[in-house]
Amino acid sequence: MIQLGLFYIAATITIASSLLAITRHNASHALIYLIVSLLGSAIVFYVLGAPFAAVLEVLIYAGAIMVLFVFVIMMLNLGAAGIKNEQLWLKPGMWIVPSLLCLALLAEILYLLNSSSQALSGAVIGPKAVGIELFGPYVLAVEIASMLLLAGLVGAYHLGRRYLLDMRGESI
Amino acid sequence: MSAALTIPMEHGLLLAAILFSIGLLGVMVRRNIIFILMSLEIMLNACAMVFIIAGAHWGQPDGQIMFMLILSVAAAEVAVGLGLLLQVFRRFDSLDIDKANRMRG
Repeated sequence: MIQLGLFYIAATITIASSLLAITRHNASHALIYLIVSLLGSAIVFYVLGAPFAAVLEVLIYAGAIMVLFVFVIMMLNLGAAGIKNEQLWLKPGMWIVPSLLCLALLAEILYLLNSSSQALSGAVIGPKAVGIELFGPYVLAVEIASMLLLAGLVGAYHLGRRYLLDMRGESI
Repeated sequence: MSAALTIPMEHGLLLAAILFSIGLLGVMVRRNIIFILMSLEIMLNACAMVFIIAGAHWGQPDGQIMFMLILSVAAAEVAVGLGLLLQVFRRFDSLDIDKANRMRG
């Protein structure tokens, strides 16, 4: 019963903070709400019987990936001008049509989900089972992920360099 | 964990669907590239949640492995996306995605 309560509370917090995150004018506030949303999904993962995924969600998503966002927001240092720009770009009327489209898609998914009803097994799948599976049958996927991360590293390094500005004739 | 038997699979999938819709809404509405990247993170997180739910449903660790692969995709995507964001900001002095329309798309 406690698990059930935890699930619904965490789900509500996740949805609410995600909604707040996409409606904020201030990028740093949105980022904090996004972190709350990710922590909420970590609790959901834990309740669903995936403790290792919950730990990874906190460590990598809410930790490492969000730190990248924090660095970029700090580097750009937009401050009050950025908030004013957002207020200029984000008019209330712009929300209507995209919201209707997304709600239509959500309603279709709801209709599809309505057809069946099954309970989750609730068994805890620990890190050991995940590790054995990961480095057994899925070892090729690990290699592919490592190559993807290497490509991401090289791409980020290249894009972050200042010499790209030279193509426009600016001084470094 | 016998109490967890009472969580219906639909409610988990419903949560993931709502999160995905919120992320999609953010991508459609926002013009600031930072917010678009954040919405993409919400969408990727929703996809990962579906895998976790499927893993919990069948009691297999495969769902968590797919979650880890999505995690690495998200990490690579954010690294490259933020690099692009910095370039756009340097070239156009603005984070407005509509400024980057030299191809007139």
